[in-house]
Amino acid sequence: MSGRERSLDALDRAILEATQAGLPIVPEPYKAIAERVGVSEVEVLARLQAMLDRSVVRRIGFAPNHYKLGLTCNGMTVWDVDDEKVDALGEMVGALDFVTHCYRRPRHLPDWPYNLFAMAHGRTRAEVLEKRTRIVELLGAACRSSDILFSTEILKKTGMRLARRAREEASCSD
Amino acid sequence: MIDETDRHIVNALQDEFPLASRPFAIKARELGIDEDDLISRVARLRASGVVTRFGPFLNAENFGGGFCLCAMAVPQDKWATAVDIVNAQPEVAHNYRREHRLNMWFVLAVEDRDEIANVARRIEATTGLAVLLFPKEREYFLDMRVSA
Repeated sequence: MSGRERSLDALDRAILEATQAGLPIVPEPYKAIAERVGVSEVEVLARLQAMLDRSVVRRIGFAPNHYKLGLTCNGMTVWDVDDEKVDALGEMVGALDFVTHCYRRPRHLPDWPYNLFAMAHGRTRAEVLEKRTRIVELLGAACRSSDILFSTEILKKTGMRLARRAREEASCSD
Repeated sequence: MIDETDRHIVNALQDEFPLASRPFAIKARELGIDEDDLISRVARLRASGVVTRFGPFLNAENFGGGFCLCAMAVPQDKWATAVDIVNAQPEVAHNYRREHRLNMWFVLAVEDRDEIANVARRIEATTGLAVLLFPKEREYFLDMRVSA
């Protein structure tokens, strides 16, 4: 982990806690959050901007449901790539336009030899498999084996929740 | 069903929702629709589940926390129980069923990264099934935005 550990103070946490179920869908959502937390709207806006600036908040916006947008096929492609070459190739796989995330992760031998994970979305399995062939070509001989795990059901999708500490602090500020 | 305007909205609101008093008014202007229309469409997209979340997305690693992808091989006769147990953990941010011997894949999101091992052990103890951990060793790319 590079860089200094950053932390959230009580007000940051209270603001995030108040938005965890989602921003209120009203003309002045930050004002509604401010009223809930008991500070001014200006303060809420400044805190959120500061959290964006230090990347505690990655983004503010929608998480779409891929399935409901017709992107019903989500294939987690996994690859056993030569350790010497995986970082250079991982960058190239990650740069493909249809890959939404791409990571190096540990193998679990002997059952799980794969160290490179790349998620591909499509409207049909055929479309995802077609996209997958582009990764096959890119990896070439550096890849010893591979697999693709199609998702068949979203069992849960809530995003990160702040833990107990946040709830206690938020309830104190109520 | 979502129409063409909804698709534009989904594309436009995946990130950079304005930090301003009237953020919907700003986005509505960009989209060429009324603020009221945008607000009612966003409410409908949320209610119908086209949008699963709307708000700030946390980067736990930047405040001492962390994420970890985990997988389990769940036998069919234990499936329903395992889903209940795993989904009941507040640390489980999302959970997918996949076609593989390792058929349950979920992500733990914790505020203190030392908690990952504890949560995994708790799930193992409750389900009686092994939890394999796939922590990120290196991130090559992450952009969850999709074109609607």
